[in-house]
Amino acid sequence: MLDRHDHLTRQGIEAFHEGPDAIPKLAARGVSITKGGVHILDGVDLEVEPGTFVALIGPSGAGKSTLLNLLAGLEAPDEGTIEKDGTPLTRPGLVAYMPQSDLLLPWRNVAANVSLGLEATGTPKKDARQRAMKALTRFGLEDFARVSPWALSGGMRSRVALLRTALLDRDVLLLDEPLGALDALTRRELQGWLLNVRDELAATIVLVTHDVDEALLLADRVVVLTRRPARVAVDLPVDLKRPRTMEVETTPEFARLKGRLLEALGIVK
Amino acid sequence: MSVTPRRALPAVLVALIALAAWEIGVRLFGVQEFLLPGPVAVVGAFWESRGLLLENAVPTAGEAVLGFLWAVAAGLLSGLLINRSSLAERALYPWLVASQTLPIIAIAPILVTWFGYGPLPKVLVVALFCFFPITVATADGLRAVDPDLIRLMRSFGANRWRIFSMVEVPGALPFLFGGVRLAVTYCVIGAIIGEWVGSSKGLGFLMIQDKAQFEIPRLFAEISLLSAMGVALFLLVALVQRLVAPWTLKRG
Repeated sequence: MLDRHDHLTRQGIEAFHEGPDAIPKLAARGVSITKGGVHILDGVDLEVEPGTFVALIGPSGAGKSTLLNLLAGLEAPDEGTIEKDGTPLTRPGLVAYMPQSDLLLPWRNVAANVSLGLEATGTPKKDARQRAMKALTRFGLEDFARVSPWALSGGMRSRVALLRTALLDRDVLLLDEPLGALDALTRRELQGWLLNVRDELAATIVLVTHDVDEALLLADRVVVLTRRPARVAVDLPVDLKRPRTMEVETTPEFARLKGRLLEALGIVK
Repeated sequence: MSVTPRRALPAVLVALIALAAWEIGVRLFGVQEFLLPGPVAVVGAFWESRGLLLENAVPTAGEAVLGFLWAVAAGLLSGLLINRSSLAERALYPWLVASQTLPIIAIAPILVTWFGYGPLPKVLVVALFCFFPITVATADGLRAVDPDLIRLMRSFGANRWRIFSMVEVPGALPFLFGGVRLAVTYCVIGAIIGEWVGSSKGLGFLMIQDKAQFEIPRLFAEISLLSAMGVALFLLVALVQRLVAPWTLKRG
């Protein structure tokens, strides 16, 4: 199930081949946007290298979700450009995106919910359902395939929603606080699960979160946004070794990185 | 919505008690049959004229169902138009509301003048009675679809048709069925009013005759039959909802 070895190798190769001039997988260049008279983003520059996991944190209302919407192609910036593989990204449907709430459809069972993204893009229903079943089996959720979403726990709903997004098989996955609505314990459980399945989800991942521990546990890099109108305040590489487990959170390096992030957020002076 | 014997018991009990009280009252006070027949007399009248009553129930039911189906089609179309285009909403909505303030009973004679004694004017009256709740339910149901769901579909790269058919239509169904269930209770009333104004068959036609001839027990039998027809149509819609959209019946 896990390809940690491959993942490490892949990262190694990419690091080897791509010098400082390599084209980023996803980039925001001088992006500004004002919505309803509120200046939300003010010249945000962000580059996401292929195969990396970037976490985006910032004060609430800073515009993290707006930035993610722009990266998904759901909205267009007032100024600046969004680029994917070096070409401007002007429409949705090119990257996988998971919104804050799980948005499972009550009229579809779990398998049909997982296949929604494929069906939405024109994959024949039968194919889509088969692939959804395969994915559910691979993630050990096959027993839930025929269950209705209303019968699922919050953690299970998040897993199903994530699987639905991952099944699109796009090289970039954008996650907007996917675990934000869960209780603390379920959240921890899902973080551990995400750590395990990270390589199965997508090569390049951008995660919006307000949880500093979650960002450090999962990401290769943490980008901190300032208060509105947001710019990039700090861009912090997370040089914790992989494969990681939850135990990494008890190490001194983790504490040091966490201190820097809390400082950047203005929580610790 | 499930009708199990256990759940139906209180309603059945109420009906039995009311019927018993009615029968006892009529006998106790010696009420004349042409003023108020007891339930036994009504059942007797029904049994005696069963052939005639059922024969005349067929056209009435046909008008009610056909008019209702027209109303569903018209309501879906106008609701969709109102939802999709704000121009259509501004142009049509006030007139649709105005059409509901017209006394349909007063229009029915005009329809008979125009379209004669056949089924068409009755079907039109039924459709006029029923379409508005469906229009409103369609427009409101489509508007109530979670915008985040539509954004999710856009993020997948879905085109407008797929967003409409996969998310907006099923999302609107809970509202839509609410409107349809409301509308179906009007359709028998519409058919009867249409028949009262001018017809040569149907339960409404019989009612007018029986009233004139003081066949009061049979008049009551006709009313009971109409009521049963309305309830049956309502249950039929509920059954369709259960089969087509069971999730709309779940709470929370």
